[in-house]
Amino acid sequence: MPKIKPPARSPRVDMTPMVDLFSVLLIFLLLTASFRPQEAAIISSPYSVSEKQAPDHDIMTIIIDKSGKVFFNIDNGRDTTTHTRINVLTEMAKQYQVNFTKKELQDFGNLASFGMPMANMKKWLDVPETKDKEKFQVGIPTDSVDGRASELAMWIRFSRLANVNTEVAIKGDGETNYKVVKKVMDMLQANRVNKFNLVTNLEKQEVTLKDLPK
Amino acid sequence: MAEIIQEEKGKKGGKKRAKKFSTHIDMTPMVDLMCLLITFFMLTTAFSKSKVMVITMPEKDQKDQPKDQPKIPAWRTLNILLTDNDAVYYYIGQADPRKPPLPTLTKTDFSKNGIRKVLLDKNRDLFTQIVTFRDKRRSGKLVVADTTADQEIKKMKKDDTKGPIVLIKADDKAKYKDIVDIIDEMAICNIASYAIVDIQPAELEMLKTAPK
Repeated sequence: MPKIKPPARSPRVDMTPMVDLFSVLLIFLLLTASFRPQEAAIISSPYSVSEKQAPDHDIMTIIIDKSGKVFFNIDNGRDTTTHTRINVLTEMAKQYQVNFTKKELQDFGNLASFGMPMANMKKWLDVPETKDKEKFQVGIPTDSVDGRASELAMWIRFSRLANVNTEVAIKGDGETNYKVVKKVMDMLQANRVNKFNLVTNLEKQEVTLKDLPK
Repeated sequence: MAEIIQEEKGKKGGKKRAKKFSTHIDMTPMVDLMCLLITFFMLTTAFSKSKVMVITMPEKDQKDQPKDQPKIPAWRTLNILLTDNDAVYYYIGQADPRKPPLPTLTKTDFSKNGIRKVLLDKNRDLFTQIVTFRDKRRSGKLVVADTTADQEIKKMKKDDTKGPIVLIKADDKAKYKDIVDIIDEMAICNIASYAIVDIQPAELEMLKTAPK
């Protein structure tokens, strides 16, 4: 008897469902994506058990890197038409007598964290390449000069004035000296900020009744 | 050229028939592309948002306001001193240079058997209360909304009269991580009241002579 041959099948797999699935995923990711903004410094946050999410809007972030350099970031507020960033910079410009063009203000509104003395702000905004911008990020001066409040204190004050709902997040590197953090906290407290959000990474730790010492 | 001739041969001069094209399109390159795109988006999306730990600091007293600090019983006060090399020191009571002798510091660390043991031991009642409450909720014996549970725990903390009042003090050599870690311990051990305060000169002296 001749063997029954199974009908020859094409080894091809129909890819259509796979494509469908991938399309759906891709569209979902595209719509939900919020791109990670360029941070002024690389920060490795300390760990904590806190599960509270960082607020999306109305937040000013003070970034403190390992070497103690301080960077600042403020968002445009819940309603982006208020242009909080631009308002803050306009006030700062008045304070430090720097003139910004309309384009520079607009650019500032779209950028993220920054850290440079006000004197260099204009240069930083004028440089078109992101890579060239980096070398201006030397940190905001935190020392008061000639009895005048420090630049960081002014940034904090004007940000508070521009948006009263602003909360404060401190994003410090774990290895930062506490002295710097304390200085920043004191500055914030002088501006009537008593509630801080310390940015941390989540690390679960479970403690039960068994852990109670005898 | 050779190929063309071969093909001619294969037809054997039969009837010319329109070649049937398969309606299937090869999707593989498309799938490849999609895979790449998805991977790219997955990696660049800030998917997990960073978490925050909220801390409320006591309001700084203004100079024109009279100082009116609440009286804290000395036995409830647990002072935690943080300094370099992640060292943790603690003492109970008050360090008053006018009333010697100064309390002695005990050295410990951030490990499971370090400061946590001290805190848990001091906070035994409240900790048991809160953990039992949470366990009851988890096992389904008690069904309450999250907000109600939070309020309940807040009330427990407020009514607590035996737990320690922790004063966290860090000197200039401490790292930011230490502060976060110790506040984290407060959250883990369910300490009702704690505050970050400035370190006193007497305490700096004590740290100098503390065991290494």
